[in-house]
This record gives sequence, C-alpha cells and structure tokens, in this order.
Amino acid sequence: MRHIIAVLLENEAGALSRVAGLFSARGYNIESLTVAPTDDPTLSRMTLVTTGNEEIVEQIKKQLNKLIDTVKLLDLTEGPHIEREMMMIKVRAEGENREELKRLTEIFRAKIIDVTDVSYVVELTGASKKLDAFIDAVPQGLIVEVVRSGPTGIARGEKGLTL
Amino acid sequence: MEPNAVQLSGAEILVQALIDEGVQYVFGYPGGSVLHIYDALFKQDQVKHILVRHEQGATHAADGYARATGKCGVCLVTSGPGATNAVTGIATAYMDSIPLVCITGQVPTPVIGSDAFQEVDTVGITRPCVKHNFLVKDVRHLATTLRKAFYIATTGRPGPVVVDIPKDVTDPNIKIPYAYPRDLRMRSYHPTEKGHLGQIKKALELMLQAKRPILYTGGGVVMGEGSAQLTELVRLSGFPITSTLMGLGAYPMTDPQFLGMLGMHGTYEANMAMHETDVLIAIGARFDDRVTGKIEQFCPHAKVVHIDVDPSSISKNVRVDVPVVGQVASVLTELLRLWKEQAPAPTGTTRPLADWWEKIDAWRRVDCLSYDRTSAKIKPQFAVETLYQVTGGDLYLTSDVGQHQMFAAQFYPFDKPRRWINSGGLGTMGFGLPAAMGVQIAFPEAAVACISGDASILMCIQEMATCKQYNLPIKVILLNNGYMGMVRQWQEFFYGSRYSHSYVDALPDFVKLAESFGHVGMRVERPGDLAAAMQEAFAMKDRFVFLDVVVDPTENVYPMIAAGKGHHEMHLAPSLSERELA
Ligand SMILES: Cc1cc2nc3c(=O)[nH]c(=O)nc-3n(C[C@H](O)[C@H](O)[C@H](O)COP(=O)(O)OP(=O)(O)OC[C@H]3O[C@@H](n4cnc5c(N)ncnc54)[C@H](O)[C@@H]3O)c2cc1C
Ligand SMILES: Cc1ncc(C[n+]2csc(CCOP(=O)(O)OP(=O)(O)O)c2C)c(N)n1
Ligand SMILES: [Mg+2]
Repeated sequence: MRHIIAVLLENEAGALSRVAGLFSARGYNIESLTVAPTDDPTLSRMTLVTTGNEEIVEQIKKQLNKLIDTVKLLDLTEGPHIEREMMMIKVRAEGENREELKRLTEIFRAKIIDVTDVSYVVELTGASKKLDAFIDAVPQGLIVEVVRSGPTGIARGEKGLTL
Repeated sequence: MEPNAVQLSGAEILVQALIDEGVQYVFGYPGGSVLHIYDALFKQDQVKHILVRHEQGATHAADGYARATGKCGVCLVTSGPGATNAVTGIATAYMDSIPLVCITGQVPTPVIGSDAFQEVDTVGITRPCVKHNFLVKDVRHLATTLRKAFYIATTGRPGPVVVDIPKDVTDPNIKIPYAYPRDLRMRSYHPTEKGHLGQIKKALELMLQAKRPILYTGGGVVMGEGSAQLTELVRLSGFPITSTLMGLGAYPMTDPQFLGMLGMHGTYEANMAMHETDVLIAIGARFDDRVTGKIEQFCPHAKVVHIDVDPSSISKNVRVDVPVVGQVASVLTELLRLWKEQAPAPTGTTRPLADWWEKIDAWRRVDCLSYDRTSAKIKPQFAVETLYQVTGGDLYLTSDVGQHQMFAAQFYPFDKPRRWINSGGLGTMGFGLPAAMGVQIAFPEAAVACISGDASILMCIQEMATCKQYNLPIKVILLNNGYMGMVRQWQEFFYGSRYSHSYVDALPDFVKLAESFGHVGMRVERPGDLAAAMQEAFAMKDRFVFLDVVVDPTENVYPMIAAGKGHHEMHLAPSLSERELA
C-alpha cells in the first residue's frame, strides 16, 4: 500500500542523506521525497511517499523515528489529509496546438507562466492523480519537459505536526 | 557561559571534555589532522592514551574496553586512511550495539571537498554503520557536540558515534571560553526507559498461563545490566532459559535451568525447546537469522513476548504478540513486582512445569556436545574445556571468529556477564587480540585470554607490539587447525569437500613470532601436555603468552542448523546422528 509520511527533521547538514541512506541501505521503496525548512528555521519538514506491506511500512516508520535527527513523524495516510503536488510542464505550442493547450490549461485550472512563439510553461498544482491526468491529456509529442515537486501533505483538522 | 570561564583551544576543549566525561583511556594513532589534539594530550596526564599499531586495533580495543566495563569506549584516529582503517571496528561495534565514541581528524574546513591530502568523507563513509555522526565545523560547537556524542552512544540502544573534527577547529591559537554542558536535552532523541505497564501485565498473563515457556535472552541483558533481575525471574518462574551468543553469561551458564546457547550452533535441547515452546519470552535479543533459522518454521506454536529498548527490533523479523519497549532492567523489575503480587510462590514438592522439564531432560540426554575424548590429537573442544578447568571459570575471554569462537561459546560456561567478548553481528576476524587489550587495560589484575584461530590471529597480529609497550599480560590461546576451519566446514558440508582457499598455507612459526615481539611463545601438540602448558602460561602473571595449540584439523562444530532450516532440523555430530533420537 502507498503511504505518505511527514517528518520533522533537525535542519542539520546531512539529515537528508541519512534518510536517503536509510532507504537505500534497507532496500525500502521510495517514490518521492520533498524537503524544505519550516517557519522555524531549525526544522525541516520532509514528506515522503513509499509503498510496501504493513510490516514493511511499520519498519520504515520505526527506522525513520530512530534517526537521531528525526524530531517527529506522522503517517498522513492514517487519517484524513490533503495532498498537493506542483508541476511545471513545458510544451510545444505552435499553430492550432496553442489554442488546444490553452483550453486544457483552463479546464485543469492551471496557469501558463511562460510564453514564447513556440512554447508554453504550464504550472499546475493538485493531487498527484490530477497531474497525471494533465500529462495524459496533452496531445502526443508536445511535451518538452516535466518537472514535479513530489507530493507534500498536511492532516485535516485543527491539530498540527509541530513541536 | 560564566564570565570567568577558562579559555581553551579546540584541542584543549576536546581533552577537557574527555576528562569531564570521566574518560580514562583513549585508544588511538596519530596523524597530521590530529596533531593539535596529540599536543594537548601530551600536556596533561588525566586521560591516558594507548598507542595501538593499526586504527582497527584502536576501535576493537575501545570496543573490548566498553564490553568489559559497560563504560563508553573512546578512540582517536587521523583523517583519510586513519578513518577508513577504523571503519571495520566501528561497524563491529554498531552491529553488536556497543557504546563507542570515535574521534576522527579531518582536513581543515576551508579545504573540505577539494580532495585535499588525506581527505575522505568520513561522515559519509561511516553513516550506515554508526548510531549517529557529527562533523564539527565551528569550535564553539565542539563541547556540546562531544556531550551529545557520549549521550547518544551510551543511552537507549547503545552504539558507536563518530565525531569528525577538521584540523582548524582544534587550532591551538584560537581560544574560547569553555564550560561542559552537563544537562543536555535533545528534542529529537528520547530513549525509552520504563516499559508500558499494560504491556508488562499482558506479558505476565501469557507467562503465567504458559505450559511450555522458554526465555530467550541476548546481548541487551548484558548491556542493560539486567543480570540480577533476569536471574531472579528464572528462579521465580522455574522457566528454562537459553541465550544468544551475545547474551552468554548474563545468566549463569552452569545453572541447570540454562539450556545452552540456541541457534545455528546451539544445543539440541535449546533449539528443540524453541521449536516446541508455547510462550517465547525474548529479552534484549534481536531475532538474528543465525538464531531463528528459517523464519517460517521459527517457534511455530508460540505466542511471543519481546522486551527490547529499540522499537525497531520488535517485529522486524518475527511477528511479536506482546511488545514491551523499555530498558531490560527496569522492565524486569516491574515484571518481578507484578509476578510476586499476582502469582503465589510455588509450594509443595511438585516441580513447576514438570512435563515440560521432562521433555527437555530427554533432549538433554542426547548429549549433543559430546566429542571423541580418546583422540590422540588435541580436540578443540578439549582445549576449551581445559582452559575452563585451568582458569576455574574466572576469566575474561575474548574471541576471534570461526570454529574456535563457537567451541568457546559451547564449552566455556560463563557465570557472569561481560566475561565473554566477541564479535557476533559483523563476525570480524581480528577482533580478539585488540579487544583483549581493552579488557586488560580496564582490569590490569584480571586473567584475560584471547581464543583465536590461525587465520584470524594474523589479521591484527601487529597489536602484539602494543601489548609489549603497555605490558599487557594477555594469554593468546590459538586453536591452530591449519585451516580457516569454519570455511572448511562449510566447504565440506555444502561444496563437496572442495577446499577452495581455506587452507592457510605458509603459517608463521607462532612461537618465534611471539618471541620476536618480546613475548613468551609456547606450542603444545599432545592432549596430555595441554593442562600443564596452560597452567604455566597463566602462572606468568606479568607476561604476554602466546600458546599455539595444535588441534585436530578436521573437527567440525556440531550441532549445526544449515541456513534456511528450522530449529528441529539440526545436524548432530556423525557419531550421534547414527543413534535413534527420541
Ligand atoms: C561464526 C558465527 C556463528 C554464530 N552462530 C550463532 C549461534 O549459533 N547462535 C547465536 O545466538 N548467535 C550466533 N552468532 C551471532 C549472531 O550473528 C548475532 O550476533 C547474535 O545472535 C545476536 O545476538 P542478540 O540477539 O543477543 O543481539 P545483540 O546484537 O546483542 O542485540 C541486542 C538487542 O538487545 C537490545 N538492547 C540493547 N540494550 C538493551 C537494554 N538496555 N534493554 C533492552 N534491550 C536492549 C537491542 O535493541 C537489540 O535488539 C554467530 C556469529 C558468528 C560470527
Ligand atoms: C575479516 C573477515 N574476513 C573473512 C571472514 C569469513 N570467515 C569467517 S570464519 C573464517 C575462518 C577463520 O579461520 P580461523 O581464524 O583459523 O578459525 P577456525 O575456524 O579455524 O577456528 C573466515 C575466513 C570473516 N569472518 N572476517
Ligand atoms: Mg583455523
């Protein structure tokens, strides 16, 4: 099963490589990993998506918790939560495709954030599935480049993953 | 910081922090990046530095010191090759959860990343085999980082911590105020002490209902100083007990309730009891594959209780029914209290669990460790038994890796914890001799021996020079079979006796070798001479003695569970397997 796990880490040099090293050393799957400092500059928040059976995911969480740099961990999959991923996609936009792509952008409530005579860069935020759907909807052969942030997430409700 | 705090350089801070941690010995080897530190060491006499002959020796010596004393071992090595040489020892300590602080020199901060002379990414190289590591880039962080390193290494599930210190951070000309941060708090690290009361009650319930219980204990009982509580629990419960290689001695091995070691080379009775138990109580043990054999066949009838300080040890390899996370001593104390409250002490004459013990006694009668006592050659088992008799069981015994290690575990019954010191998880050949140095330095008056093999001993043989320099009266008991015996055994069993490169051709003359280092060398070839030779060796209380014992080259370690087999599928010694087993 797919799990999305949020981790508060000490914002120390090397904290990220400890996480990456853990996954490669123990042979765990890692689908995506995003990390950035939080409002508290001494803390980073990492979101990672992994898959495995319940026992493996349990071990992954225990091993992540065991890292000395881990301050707190929450498996977002265990409760109601919101996931968002951001994508920038560069597409060839010439002739009739220009209009077609613009329409597509509107349907998906995406934004065109860079324009040349022959190309667009489209920005789209949403659940990962929506991003997939946009990619599928772009006519064959027009995609030049796809950049995805990987999902981040937050639990619904009043409680926060804070210190 | 107090206004009138002392002003110290980074190098002085390091030394002062060691003093403030109560560190008595540092095992090390100098080099360019740590020269400021060596100069600071030179100017004081509170911390004693032991000069080894190879950085691997420094780590194993610090490790042996830690295993024997329970204190944190400390080593100090230079950057680059000093650090890479230390890696094997760090990984050895990591696999066996030994508290170690390893200080490594690093190239100066401005040149880090430039492939400077003797630069390696020590933090990167050691990351997968440490509990934690640090690169100290600013002298103002040095004292706190060292405090954290000792705290992390020694608490929770212990382990090695590397502190990598660039040379400019120890600059003697840059002085800052020093105060050692005694009460350290880390928001990201809170090792568990007490077990959850509800879980302990559940464990007790299972134990009280058990018909065929067994305690399976490991290195965590030794490290967690849980021997007294464990012993009381075994007496109170009347349960049989078995131990992993790492837990030997935590419960007296000469006691009748002890079934011997379990696992790949464990006893028939211990492994059969594991196979038939209905309630398994694992304490400070990590269900290693050498212990479990084939997981699908592991304790097929058992409910499992697991007491361990590390949540990630629980249900890692084997599903656990009642996990208890906590320090072994604290959890067992609580368990004992509840037991005494709830269960009436056994009364009358009926032995508790009589049917279960009857079964166990029948397995015991197989006498799975028997060997040919009439042989004209010295059997390795006989050599260990003789060592036991000569030393009266009062010995610190370190070991290298191979058949000799297994024979020692099977034939030398330790009655106290911290007496049996060996590399179990990593299985590091070369561990024994330097580890014995650490033990002897901790206990100068104690009898300390290293049991070794003709292949293993050569891996850290240079440490004989260290033993000479510090007058360490260690006794090396070399079970010389002329083979990498453990490898030869596997090749005999599983590779059609094709002995590919397991013969140690061109062995040195060990007697002369020992003598050339300034030690006493002795060689024994006949069983009848062995006891006298050992007595003579141990009588030389102030000499390092190398006893080269020529043993039967073809002896194998039995019983043996082949990889991927269950506990009930043991190979017994050929002479036994011919007999019909109950
Ligand atoms: C050649 C060879 C053959 C071997 N054959 C065997 C064999 O036949 N049988 C065998 O048993 N081993 C054998 N081993 C050793 C084996 O590889 C493992 O090292 C060993 O089984 C692990 O022992 P352990 O489970 O006690 O774990 P350790 O490595 O000692 O781990 C200790 C456990 O206790 C926990 N712990 C630590 N401190 C505390 C505390 N204070 N409170 C609570 N919990 C704590 C830790 O979290 C960990 O889970 C062999 C090794 C070699 C090299
Ligand atoms: C550093 C290292 N290299 C290789 C091995 C694999 N190995 C395990 S036992 C063994 C042979 C040990 O031979 P010896 O020291 O003579 O002991 P014996 O088995 O003969 O008693 C080897 C090569 C190891 N454990 N450690
Ligand atoms: Mg040998």
